[in-house]
Amino acid sequence: MSFGFKGRALRSAAVLAIVGALGTPAMADEIFYVSGAVGNAVENFANLVKPWEEATGHKVTMVPMPASTTDQFGQYRLWLAAGAADIDLYQTDVIWAPQLADHFLDLTEVAKDLAPTHFPSIIQSQTVNGKLVALPIFTDAPALYYRKDLLEKYGVAVPKTWAELTVAAQAVQDGERAAGKGDFWGFVWQGNAYEGLTCNALEWIKSFGGGQIVEADGSISVNNPKAAAALDTVKGWVGTISPEGVLAYQEEEARGVWQTGNAAFMRNWPYAYGLGNGADSAVKDLFGVTTLPVGAEGDTSAATLGGWNVAVSKYSKHPDAAISLAMYLAGPEAQKQRAIAESNLPTIVALYDDADIAAAQPIIPQWKDVFLNAVPRPSAPTLGKYNEVSSKFWSAVHATLSGDGTAADNLAGLEADLTELKGDAW
Amino acid sequence: MANTGLIRENQLSLHQQRQRAAFWFLAPMLVALFCVAAWPLLRTVWFSFTDTSLNDLYGGKWIGFDNYLRVQTLSNGAVRYKGTLVDPNWWNAVWNTVRFSVVSVLFETILGLIVALVLNAEFKGRGLVRAAILIPWAIPTIVSAKMWAWMLNDQYGIINDMALRLGLITEKMAWTANTDTAMYAVLMVDVWKTTPFMALLCLAGLQMVPRDIYEAAKIDGIHPVKVFFKITLPLIRPALMVAVIFRMLDALRVFDLIYVLTPNSAATKTMSVISRENLIDFDKFAYGSAQSTLLFVILAVFVGLYIWLGKVDLSGESGK
Repeated sequence: MSFGFKGRALRSAAVLAIVGALGTPAMADEIFYVSGAVGNAVENFANLVKPWEEATGHKVTMVPMPASTTDQFGQYRLWLAAGAADIDLYQTDVIWAPQLADHFLDLTEVAKDLAPTHFPSIIQSQTVNGKLVALPIFTDAPALYYRKDLLEKYGVAVPKTWAELTVAAQAVQDGERAAGKGDFWGFVWQGNAYEGLTCNALEWIKSFGGGQIVEADGSISVNNPKAAAALDTVKGWVGTISPEGVLAYQEEEARGVWQTGNAAFMRNWPYAYGLGNGADSAVKDLFGVTTLPVGAEGDTSAATLGGWNVAVSKYSKHPDAAISLAMYLAGPEAQKQRAIAESNLPTIVALYDDADIAAAQPIIPQWKDVFLNAVPRPSAPTLGKYNEVSSKFWSAVHATLSGDGTAADNLAGLEADLTELKGDAW
Repeated sequence: MANTGLIRENQLSLHQQRQRAAFWFLAPMLVALFCVAAWPLLRTVWFSFTDTSLNDLYGGKWIGFDNYLRVQTLSNGAVRYKGTLVDPNWWNAVWNTVRFSVVSVLFETILGLIVALVLNAEFKGRGLVRAAILIPWAIPTIVSAKMWAWMLNDQYGIINDMALRLGLITEKMAWTANTDTAMYAVLMVDVWKTTPFMALLCLAGLQMVPRDIYEAAKIDGIHPVKVFFKITLPLIRPALMVAVIFRMLDALRVFDLIYVLTPNSAATKTMSVISRENLIDFDKFAYGSAQSTLLFVILAVFVGLYIWLGKVDLSGESGK
């Protein structure tokens, strides 16, 4: 080394200067939070985390992902398998916990005071072998959106059964089309071949008394006449009260038709409630929300349990800051902000009695009952094979709805496929 | 004598020097190719013979050909076969891919050739038109696929709107949702996107054809159609063959377009799409690796056959 002592001294002085300028590295971490972008989640995120940023001095950047949960899962699994340290926090779907548990930190200890304030069933769904994989930030249960003004105009009651819905949707659609709205449709929902169709179809089948695909004990129940009857009913909608294109719709496409005032009914999650009442919405103050219809009198309504959670990557370089943010997002302050700004359902029991939320989103307190009766997708019994089960299920349903084979045949085929996939045990 | 010996020595060392220089110039590329192409490929092949899962990439055990084909004896004594090679979903994807590739490449070649013939003619503003026609090829597939997804949207799509106004259809069509039309939608977008590429390669071939042959044909009063089939086509055939092989390779591993337009439709699922699904979504990493390996083998066989058949044809012609 020709620099000798002088060079070394200069270099160490430079290092000291840099460390001095930045302060202790742990003081200001930059946290990356990845989440699907649905509705106004991206716009609201900055406001949501602002109090936390101010309190801790850390900075959060949101990495928005496609709205489809199937797409998100593929990307997250790839990142996690590679041990990527770029993302500190993942917003995870309620069904992912068993599949991704290995990659997330155990939050049992840090959340021992927070967790008991949440609904126990949701905490349970995020616990894998005694490890709390993720903290719930909001829950989801879909409902039937209906146009109050149009039902009144055509003198139809809010439908209680799917048959009533079919008749009501047809009546409104015929009337509106005769009045010159050629693009008006009776009922929009999510029929694309993806996880959302599994949710929709589970509701139809369950509310017809046809079980929940795979029961909690792991037995495959999907091949039964009631399930077939449910799918046949839905097939009758495609091209009549629902556009044929509904078979390519996800949540946002359905909301697009609904919020421009071109549908009488919509099946969607709570986020569409706040947006539907937004200033730029054609249906502002014109719609109501009710539980999803049932197959026949005496059946119970079924809403698929959705919901999102926040998990801390075990590859994160800033686990302390990340855990602190996760606790904040799952805590009452952030959940309340989310409920008011995004009409997301809180997972903290006490927030359903909160006066501010009731004033801003009057529907949320009522939604508690919908959510308490929600049906879980069979992710718990089918463990790591859930995605394949779901894919086979939505494929069979999508085939049936697009006229490729009868409901009975496709469900029999599905049962055979699932039995083979199950093998000796899930 | 001594003089010439010296020269030869110098020449030899010059030759050797050149070889050495060439090697050093090539070395970085060879290393890069090994790292980004050969190594991942070999690893995928290796994974396909193990039971690796995406949650534990280094914990896989060797299980031989089980991912490809294995015999299972059930408790009731019945024997059944399992594995990719007897998986109907896989063969459906293979069939989809082959159908997609053959049809799209056929259309792209014909349309590309027509476009190239037009562009080869002299007219004002030819340079501008040549540049403009490349735009579809220049747009990233993910962008053009999303753009087309909106254009094909059943409610707000411009395609439906135009077709309705022109009276081609009586009601709005759900192009990507309907299993009958999904493949046509995908094919249409691919043809739109890749025709410029074919046109460019054909144009390069056309410009190699000497002008005086055409002049001779003109003087002899030969019909233009005959000129095309007897002069143009045989002369640009080598360029055309290369263009087709490029496109075929591309089409056989098509992924992005289908993943964006019709991600989960069994009517359009191709080999790449289904292997990704197994690799990542279904936690069957080894099984997906086996499908990727098969995809590679099928591609290699296709290209091998094509080159071999192409050569046979060529020698037959030259023997005439």
